[in-house]
Amino acid sequence: MNMSKIQMSTVSLAAIAGMAVGTYLTRVGGYWLVSQFELTPRFQAWLSYVPGAIFVSLIVPKLAHGGPAKWIAGLAALIVAWRSGNILYSMLAGIGVVLLLRHLPVVA
Amino acid sequence: MLEYNEPERTEFSKTGLVAGVRQSIPIALGVFTYGIVFGILARQSSLGPLETVLMSISVFGASAQFVVLDLWTSPLPVIAIVVTTVAVNLRLLLMGASIQPWLKRLTPRKTYGILYFLNDESWGLTMRARSNGENDAAFLLGSGLIVFAAWISATALGVSIGGLIQNPAKYGLDMAFIAIYLTLLAGVWNGREDAIPVGIAALAALATSVVIAGNWYIIIGGLTGSIAGVVRDEYV
Repeated sequence: MNMSKIQMSTVSLAAIAGMAVGTYLTRVGGYWLVSQFELTPRFQAWLSYVPGAIFVSLIVPKLAHGGPAKWIAGLAALIVAWRSGNILYSMLAGIGVVLLLRHLPVVA
Repeated sequence: MLEYNEPERTEFSKTGLVAGVRQSIPIALGVFTYGIVFGILARQSSLGPLETVLMSISVFGASAQFVVLDLWTSPLPVIAIVVTTVAVNLRLLLMGASIQPWLKRLTPRKTYGILYFLNDESWGLTMRARSNGENDAAFLLGSGLIVFAAWISATALGVSIGGLIQNPAKYGLDMAFIAIYLTLLAGVWNGREDAIPVGIAALAALATSVVIAGNWYIIIGGLTGSIAGVVRDEYV
């Protein structure tokens, strides 16, 4: 390993510091903004729909562009998630099925 | 839709902290795996090992950190890196807003401290716990701390072994991510009234992912779906 990679450069540190500050602002910004107002029932209803909408948004594009092996593995993970509510079991089911299918020449 | 029947006060106790840590072990394992991959990829980029670990501690945002690896060239485009980071992390604004009714009874010092550890997985798990009756805001802190510990230690491990491994197993990782959010979705699912917000979010996210590069689909899907839920309540 050469020394220039071990030492930290000032410009790299500035970029990391900027990333850290920017990220912290996104962590507190939504909380701070909402705290400035008295929340109406409609607004609270909106907030309550956010989690499900975000969860599905995080996964659908990854699944849709992922191909048949991931669709089948996703279905397996969903069934296990639905029945057990256990993240670890669901992860093991999804990873197990996708790795199995990736090693079958038919689906690859 | 989750219930927002406010308790008289939000608890903040060691019991909640421990529950948050314990229930987050599976997601921490998932994050640990991404962390190793991040460390390996960072080692293969021009980011130095100490810089990589420092970034994981101070930024603590997997998706932004993965994205900026591609931007880490010489001369370093500092502005582009910071702007990209904020754009990738905009979804945290929505998460912070949605958790506000739970944290608002704590002191500002506690709240702004806890929010440092806000991350997708802990937020998701906390929202599910809340919909199942969890009433202790220390749950989020416990969850955030174990995920933070997993991310930092995995980054360090990945950086150390980065020279040895060429091709991280991407398929398994993607599925781990998908399984985490499928389980969280199943956990907050509240029957047919969720079909509209979740269905519209899925369509909007999918359409956005086709049209716009980057991870805008998360925030656009999240906004469109949650607003669709309110519109349905008000007008249908």
